[in-house]
Amino acid sequence: MIDNLSHLQQTDKYKFPKTPTGIKGLDEITGGGLPTGRPALICGGPGCGKTLMSIEFIVRGATEYNEPGVFLAFEEKVEELEMNVASLGFDLKKLQADKLVKIDHVHIERSEIEETGEYDLDGLFIRLGYAIDSIGAKRVVLDTLENLFSGLSNQAILRSELRRLFHWLKEKGVTAIITGERGEKELTRQGLEEYVSDCVILLEHRVANQISTRLLRVVKYRGSMHGTNEYPFLIDEEGISVLPVTSLQLTSEVSSERLPSGIESLDKMLEGKGFYRGSSILVSGTAGTGKTSIAASFANKACTDNKKCVYLAFEESPKQIIRNMKSIGFDLGKHVDSGMLEFHAFRPTVYGLEMHLVAIHKIIRKFDPQVVILDPITNLVTVGSISEVKAMLIRLIDFLQEKQITVMFTALTLNSFVSEQTDEGVSSLVDAWLLVRDIELNGERNRGMYIMKSRGMKHSNQVREFVISDEGLNLVDVYLGPEGVIVGSAREAQMLHEETGLALRGHALNRKNREILRKKKVLEAQIANLQTEFESVEEELNKGYMEEELKKEIFERNRNEITNIRRGIDGSGESKNSPQSK
Amino acid sequence: MEIEEQTWELRLYIAGKTPKSVTALSNLKKYCEEHLEGRYKIEVIDLLLQPQLAEGDQIFAVPTLVRKVPVPIRKIIGDLSNEEKVLVGLNIVPLNKI
Repeated sequence: MIDNLSHLQQTDKYKFPKTPTGIKGLDEITGGGLPTGRPALICGGPGCGKTLMSIEFIVRGATEYNEPGVFLAFEEKVEELEMNVASLGFDLKKLQADKLVKIDHVHIERSEIEETGEYDLDGLFIRLGYAIDSIGAKRVVLDTLENLFSGLSNQAILRSELRRLFHWLKEKGVTAIITGERGEKELTRQGLEEYVSDCVILLEHRVANQISTRLLRVVKYRGSMHGTNEYPFLIDEEGISVLPVTSLQLTSEVSSERLPSGIESLDKMLEGKGFYRGSSILVSGTAGTGKTSIAASFANKACTDNKKCVYLAFEESPKQIIRNMKSIGFDLGKHVDSGMLEFHAFRPTVYGLEMHLVAIHKIIRKFDPQVVILDPITNLVTVGSISEVKAMLIRLIDFLQEKQITVMFTALTLNSFVSEQTDEGVSSLVDAWLLVRDIELNGERNRGMYIMKSRGMKHSNQVREFVISDEGLNLVDVYLGPEGVIVGSAREAQMLHEETGLALRGHALNRKNREILRKKKVLEAQIANLQTEFESVEEELNKGYMEEELKKEIFERNRNEITNIRRGIDGSGESKNSPQSK
Repeated sequence: MEIEEQTWELRLYIAGKTPKSVTALSNLKKYCEEHLEGRYKIEVIDLLLQPQLAEGDQIFAVPTLVRKVPVPIRKIIGDLSNEEKVLVGLNIVPLNKI
C-alpha cells in the first residue's frame, strides 16, 4: 500500500504539460493533473462518483485556475446537475452566468429518433465547438459518451465518429474528461479506452465487511509517471478528496522543540521537558487506567500553551469527554469555545479504514493543529484487521510527522499479559510509549505507569503510581517492598510506617545527645571540684610554709635580742659585752 | 385525417454542403412532393453558419430531419435514403396505400 510519490514531482526536466484538476490529492497522484490538451477517461460502475469528479474538474478549473469549462451532459439535465452539485457548494448557475462554465444537455432518446442511411456526428461537434468558443473553454467534460451507443444503432458510424471526436478534441487543445461505465471484461462497456489512450482513471466502490470504500486507480497515464496503487477517496460537502499515500522515505523534518504533557511529574521523567514536537506517542493500558485522562491532559496543556489541537474520539461523544474531564480539573469546553480545540467524534464503523484516514487528513488540513489525539485506535480494529490498521496508522503517523504535528494515540489492551507485545502493532512505530496498567494488591487496584520507550531522550526507568484526583493527574513514586511494588493504601501505610520509624529514631538520638551532655556536665563539675581541692591544699601548704618563715624570723630576732641582753648591753652598750658572749 | 389538414413544418439540419446533406435534402423534397404536396414547409439550417441553433432541437448528428408540426416532434437522422423508414418515422401515410 505504500509507495512514494515524490519522484512524480521530479519530472521537471522533460516537463509534461499537465492541467491541475484542483481535486485534493488527485494532482499528487498524477504528478500535476491530467494531460493538457488531451482527453482522459474516467470509468467506473454506477454511483462511484464519475460525474462528480468530472464536474469538480470543471468547477475547480473555472474558480481556481481561471480556465472556463464546458460540461456536455448526456445523462442528466442541466437543472438536475445544478441541484446535485449544489450540496457540494458548487454554484453552477452563477458560474454559467459569469460565462465560466457552460452546461449543455444532449438529449438522446431512441424512441424519438429514426435512422436512415448515412450520417455523422457533426452536429455534436458543432455544438461542442460552439460552446467551447462561446466561453473560451479550456476544459471539456463529456458525461457519459456511452449514451450515444444506447441512442444510436449504427455502431460502425459511431465508432468512427468517436475516433474523429477525440482527434478533434486534441486539435481544439482542450483538456477533456470522458466518463464511461465500467464494463464486465473491459474497463468500459463500449471499449472507450481504445480511443482515449492518454490517461485512464478507474473509480471503484468496494464493500468489505459491510463498509464501503471508494477507490481510485490511475490505470494508465501515457508519457508520465503516476502512482499506480488504489487510493481511497471521499465525497463530502466539499467535494472529492483523494488520499495520496505519502512517501515513507523517512525524510521528514525533525524538531528538538518539546511539548509538555500537562503532567508535571511525567515531564520530569522525560528530562523535565516532555515529548518532542512532531513525535508520536502511544498510551496503552487496560480498561479504566486513565488513558483518556492522559490524552485530555495533553490536549489541555497544548491548548493552554496556545497550540491548536484536534481530538478525534472513536468511543465517547465530545460532550461526554468534556464532562468527564471536568471532574479531574480539565476544562476542555473552554478551549473548544476559544477555538483552540476541535472535537471530532465518529463511530469507527461509519467509514472504512481508508476513509477514516481520508477524513482525518481533511480535518487536519483544514484546522492545521499542532497536536492530534486519537482516542482510542483500538476501536478501528472493528473495521479492519490489525495489519490493515497498522498500515493505516503508519501512513497517518507519516503524514503527521511531515507536518510536524505531535500525535497521541490511546490503545486499549484487553489482556495485560500481551500488553507489552502488541498494540495494534504500532508500538514499534511510535516515538514514545507510555504504558498504564493496573497493579492489584491487597484488595485494591491502583494504576502504575511506565515509560516503555522514549526515543531520543533520557527517560526515567521507574514505575510510578499514577494518581487521578480532582486537581488533575499526578505521578507518585511507588514503593518497592519485599513483596514487590507497593501502591495505593499500602503505599500510604508504608509511608506512615516509615515516618513513625523516623520519629522514633530521632527521639532516640536526642536522648543519647542529652546523656552525653549530662556526662560532660558531671565531668566538668568533677574537674571544678578537684580544682578547688587543689587550691585549698595548695593554700594549706603555703600557709605552713609562711608560718615557718615567720617563726624562723621571729625566732632569729628573739635570739638576737636575748644575746644582746646577756651581754648586758642595752641597746646602746652593745659593744662592751660582745666579747664575753663569745 | 386531421393531420392531413395541417401544414407540415420540417426542418433539416445540415453542416455544410456535404454529399450527405445534399442527398438528404433531395430525398426529403422527393418524399414531400409525393406524399405531402402543398402541405409542407422545409427549413434548412446550416449549423456551420448558425451553430447556436443546434442546442435548441437537441441536434447531435447531421443530417437530422426534425418534424416540428404536427406534434409530437420527431427526428430522423441520416441521409434519408430509406423511404419507408422516413415515412414511418415522420408518420406519413403513403398516398398509394390509401
